[in-house]
Amino acid sequence: MRRFTWFNATSLTLGFVFLYMPMVILVIYSFNASKLVTVWAGFSTKWYGELVQNEAFLDAAWVTFRVAVFSSTIATVLGTMAAYVLVRSGRFFGRTLFSGMIYAPLVMPEVITGLSLLLLFIGIGLDRGILTIVLAHTTFSMCYVSVVVSSRLVSFDKSLEEAALDLGCTPMQSFRLVTLPIIAPAVISGWLLAFTLSLDDLVIASFTSGPSATTLPIKIFSAVRLGVSPEINALSTIMIAIVTVGVISASLISKRSVVRQKQEEQEAAQS
Amino acid sequence: MRRFFLISAPYIWLLALFLVPFVIVLKISLSDTALAIPPYNPTLDLTQGWAGFKDFLSKLDFENFVWLTQDDLYWKAYLSSLKIAALSTVLTLMVGYPIAYGMAQAPDEWRPTLMMLVILPFWTSFLIRVYSWMGILGNEGLLNQLLLWLGVISEPLHIMNTPTAVYIGIVYTYLPFMILPIYAALEKLDSSLLEAAEDLGCSRLSAFWLVTIPLSKNGIIAGCFLVFIPALGEFVIPSLLGGSGTLMIGKVLWEEFFSNRDWPVASAVAVVLLLILIIPIILFQRNEQKAREADQ
Amino acid sequence: MPQTVFAPWENPEEKPLIQFKNVTKRFGTFTAIDNLTQDIYEREFFALLGPSGCGKTTMMRMLAGFEQPTEGQILLAGQDMANVPPNERAVNMMFQSYALFPHLSVWENIAFGLKRMKMSKGEIDTRVHEMLRLTRLERFARRKPHQISGGQRQRVALARSLARAPKLLLLDEPLGALDKKLRQDTQFELMDIQEKTGTTFVIVTHDQEEAMTVASRVAVMDEGKIIQVATPDKIYEEPNSRYVADFIGDVNIIEGTARKVGEDGYDIAWAEGQEPFHAKTNRELSDGQKAYIAIRPEKIAVAAEKPEGAYNSIKGKIVDIAYIGNMSTYHVEIPGGLMIKAQTANTRRLARRGFTWEDEVWLSWTLTAGSVLEE
Repeated sequence: MRRFTWFNATSLTLGFVFLYMPMVILVIYSFNASKLVTVWAGFSTKWYGELVQNEAFLDAAWVTFRVAVFSSTIATVLGTMAAYVLVRSGRFFGRTLFSGMIYAPLVMPEVITGLSLLLLFIGIGLDRGILTIVLAHTTFSMCYVSVVVSSRLVSFDKSLEEAALDLGCTPMQSFRLVTLPIIAPAVISGWLLAFTLSLDDLVIASFTSGPSATTLPIKIFSAVRLGVSPEINALSTIMIAIVTVGVISASLISKRSVVRQKQEEQEAAQS
Repeated sequence: MRRFFLISAPYIWLLALFLVPFVIVLKISLSDTALAIPPYNPTLDLTQGWAGFKDFLSKLDFENFVWLTQDDLYWKAYLSSLKIAALSTVLTLMVGYPIAYGMAQAPDEWRPTLMMLVILPFWTSFLIRVYSWMGILGNEGLLNQLLLWLGVISEPLHIMNTPTAVYIGIVYTYLPFMILPIYAALEKLDSSLLEAAEDLGCSRLSAFWLVTIPLSKNGIIAGCFLVFIPALGEFVIPSLLGGSGTLMIGKVLWEEFFSNRDWPVASAVAVVLLLILIIPIILFQRNEQKAREADQ
Repeated sequence: MPQTVFAPWENPEEKPLIQFKNVTKRFGTFTAIDNLTQDIYEREFFALLGPSGCGKTTMMRMLAGFEQPTEGQILLAGQDMANVPPNERAVNMMFQSYALFPHLSVWENIAFGLKRMKMSKGEIDTRVHEMLRLTRLERFARRKPHQISGGQRQRVALARSLARAPKLLLLDEPLGALDKKLRQDTQFELMDIQEKTGTTFVIVTHDQEEAMTVASRVAVMDEGKIIQVATPDKIYEEPNSRYVADFIGDVNIIEGTARKVGEDGYDIAWAEGQEPFHAKTNRELSDGQKAYIAIRPEKIAVAAEKPEGAYNSIKGKIVDIAYIGNMSTYHVEIPGGLMIKAQTANTRRLARRGFTWEDEVWLSWTLTAGSVLEE
């Protein structure tokens, strides 16, 4: 049985204090009554009130949300296809180029991706707006989806698909009835990843958005460039709260199902 | 037929929205700046057929790249980006390794929780995490207030808008990228190896140096690349925390494009940045490949 | 009497269910199956036995339709199977990993193949129940694969592949994941089910005991070729080569040169200055030809005195004794340094057993105890 040693407990404590302190401070100061962010002047929720009345922020949030939903959905479809091709298709013409294009956006600096997409959109005369951001986000997030899904597919027992074929499925049925249900958790986490990446993205959105469509990160960036603002603290707190609730509940659900599965397996082995 | 569709849909998407844009960047980096829309010369005129294409090719040159070497702003920016990325990678490793080690040594029932605590910031907005330091590091920020109150310093430290703030920002935001691969490597480590080392006469510390560190090498290398590569082209951190005093190439590119509207030079900056990145990317790929083969 | 013995391969009138005709399968430069011709008959329990990489799995996957032969033809009931995809073959397979769909219950797993057959709901229900009864799984119908034990999973896999009433059932190492005790029980169960359903079974295994137990005929394979096909007793008693003799069970192999004596007898000279061993075979060997005698350890008797009238006897020294409980195996060194294994049943209590280390003993065996092999 492993136990915490003093050294390990200390390094973990310091490490997590470092990771969480800034965010905790952010949350605390979002309830600060003072406009001056560094001086505590009592508890207040007035910045939240101002935030919900700020139309520009609300508009930007709505744009961001729509972009994230569309881009992550398309990215999940394309990324899953790409993963399936990479893991299952063997050789085909231009495979190296294909896998290169899947992995390259993961390491490509955002400024370059953004710049190149913007030059493309200008080149073909596409007006910048929600559509161009969706195209841009889909392009880089499909690569993340495909990495997540293909790591699941690699460990997927191929004989399950063969069994489906053997039992009379066409390849399409075998994918729909067997492969997809089994890799569904990976596809869902791919979608969530793509969704978060899209919500988060500042650089690529700045390049590919037009005056008609401003996303939340762009709004936040232009606000905080000028310095700390309590309104942004309030907004950050809301975003941190959403993510925290989401991640904790997701991990609790998956932990519960793992525990249950283990228990059932043990019972089965004993029977 | 179905297979063809399966391959071609993502393939065409990536060709059109990844490869073609990059070719355009390459092409514009070879063009001249012009006061026009779009603000560069020449533009490809396909109505003139082959002759037009040849004419177009003959007008391309490396002038912008020559310019990058002449104006010391650019090479200084590249060098300073490399330095900041490299140094902050080392710092992240120093902060991240003990955390990963502590996680791997933690009791089994604690690990999922610790894992979640590392992943949680990863899902939180990058921008917000960088922003959270602005209120801490400023001259009247919380850190200075704390230190002044403790009497450690008598005058506020000047951290905000210096490279130090950028280092802190990079270490903070990329820490999970360093912890996770090292933790993955350390978790696989069989604890009986350490017992064997001690049994064979190693002290605790030398067993750590001779067994733990070499066996987590792949995780360390992976973590370092995962921090170094994105840090090199970083834009948000230097522009929020670094101030005008910090030169980083991502920021230079952004300003070249949005403020100076010099598209050809911005494109040339991008091309050179990519050329610099290719080396670590290839090394990283090779390390991953080796790790995969070792796993089998 | 001969009519009651199941041996369609001896009847030239019988039409084979499966025919491999000069089948070759290459993966790149590697030849997995090398110009193989073999017939398998209806209702047979045919075992493909060999070490890993011998091509047995490739043969099975070609029958299932997951691999196509590079050259040659595979016929099923007279029909060429090239270009028939796996889902349209009247062949089902039981996978080594069982390949049970983890997201479906036992019932749904068994019904999976039936649902692809345009059966009515009622028919599917009846058939699934029939299969559940056959494999004694009625109680577990609603469970998911991870909620049942390994042996039960094995039976679900069997039920699922039998549900579509295939002409041919392929079993890829079907008992490999079970522990030894369960494996033995399941072997008899498999034979039982095969008899009840009358399906032709082709089983792939590397476990010779398993192949010998269940199969009507065993094909011993090596490097893409079938070395010998015969009933289990023939494979054991009359191996056609050193490879088969060595692969199946324990064996002593003595190398020598042959000289014909009489009608079907041979003297095998195995060492300078020693009396040759005598053996009978219906094989034709020329004088002076290199030959091998393969003798199973249990066919060699151990005695303290030279046995009277034995055709083959030789004196040696006990070097090692392996006591297994019901048997003891003696490792006896004979002149020339050759080590011979001889096995005796321990019918008496330990204290009364005669021999111990370093004892000089006499080994003896009959004329027909060993097989004479050319290669």
